[in-house]
Amino acid sequence: MKNKVIATFDEAVADIPDGASIMVGGFGPPGLPQNLLGALIRQGATDLTIITNRGDQTNAKANTGHLVELRRVRKVYCAFSASPHPSQASVFEELTESGEMEAELMPQGTLVERMRAAASGIGAFYTQASVGTELAAEKETRVIDGKTYVLEYPLHADYAFIRADTSDTFGNLQYDLTQRNFNPIMAMAAKTTLVEIEGEIIEVGGMDPNNVHTPGIFVDRVIKIPPAPEGLWTLPSDRNG
Amino acid sequence: MTTADKKPLDRQTMCSRLAMEFEDGWIANLGAGMPTLCSNYDFKDKDIIYQSENGLIGYGPLAKEGEENPNLVNAGVQYVTLRPGSAIVNHADSFTVIRGGYVNVTVLGSYEVAENGDFANWKTSGRKGGGIGGAMDLAVGAQRVWIAMEHVTRDGKPRLLKRCALPVTAVGVVQRVVTDLGLFDVTPEGFLMREIAPGYTPQEVQAVTEAKLIISPDLKDLQVT
Repeated sequence: MKNKVIATFDEAVADIPDGASIMVGGFGPPGLPQNLLGALIRQGATDLTIITNRGDQTNAKANTGHLVELRRVRKVYCAFSASPHPSQASVFEELTESGEMEAELMPQGTLVERMRAAASGIGAFYTQASVGTELAAEKETRVIDGKTYVLEYPLHADYAFIRADTSDTFGNLQYDLTQRNFNPIMAMAAKTTLVEIEGEIIEVGGMDPNNVHTPGIFVDRVIKIPPAPEGLWTLPSDRNG
Repeated sequence: MTTADKKPLDRQTMCSRLAMEFEDGWIANLGAGMPTLCSNYDFKDKDIIYQSENGLIGYGPLAKEGEENPNLVNAGVQYVTLRPGSAIVNHADSFTVIRGGYVNVTVLGSYEVAENGDFANWKTSGRKGGGIGGAMDLAVGAQRVWIAMEHVTRDGKPRLLKRCALPVTAVGVVQRVVTDLGLFDVTPEGFLMREIAPGYTPQEVQAVTEAKLIISPDLKDLQVT
């Protein structure tokens, strides 16, 4: 089976062009692909579209909020586009308020379901989330069995950046605890999936097929996180807010 | 009752009052901030399963400082622990739990609740952005949507309204509200005040409420038991 291991993060992100769309996994620090983001920051690609739970975070050493601060993001699809209080306004908010950057806000379940639809070849789906809100004002609705639903379309991406615990050289993945979150869905939804590995990269045959969380057919590049300080690790101090 | 006894309820009392009515075996989703205090209530023999947007089913108390697992957080990005019998799923499956109607109760914070059951908790006025998270999914998917919030804003303006002024999170879904002044059910006729903060009169609560309150004939002091 193909060996998908790439030696360095800089090599792994080298071909990402300006204008690329990138799904960025993680929910809070767990599963956040800090090393891939750090390499992308060094690499310089700009005019990016980012699809992630929230795009404003700068809590970890490398996060989507840093790309936003560098003015390299054109649009963010997310479930949070503002801090809870105006006094904590981020660069993300300044850029969206001024119109310099676009943010498309949606319910978190809609965000992940739009990715899942993209992954599964589903053309669109109806959901009750956001019915009657300003988010659904311009969207098609339909009454099914007496309930109103809003039509939502798939969210595709060129790349997914995710983090997992263990991989084999083919890219079969296991996640540790809540490192999983969006990551398996993003791996399936994006054309090219890059995975940073916190634990070990093992030989093919070394992982029990019963315990594969993301099959390697959805994975394109795996990179082992080097020891600190070169490698960026998840710490409790990376927590949000 | 002396004047000294008359003060708004504290947040723990508010949340414990809602938690008192959780039933054995319920799956509960607690919003970030004040609603998480519901889990401090002493449920005695009742088993409550806490579910969190990021895929945790059946998590336990907050991790002690220094014992945090960097890969184990709840939806409020608090480091938590696992209880025996817990499970972890991906985000799409987690929202199947939420949207599929498996959550028995969600307790959320809010800026405003209207007498028709609308609520607004994702966007403040004058801002382009907001924070939705899982609130819109929970609002339409959970079997019960209960709100815990202060009765008035920092400027003293009512939060229990005839109609929401801020952009709504969902339409007609709220069933119960606890504030620092009382416990209210949303009924087809409007807010029914069932319990009141000790020392207050219904007239005093009505004076800081925009919506017309229906006072329960069985109105009692709000107490946690």
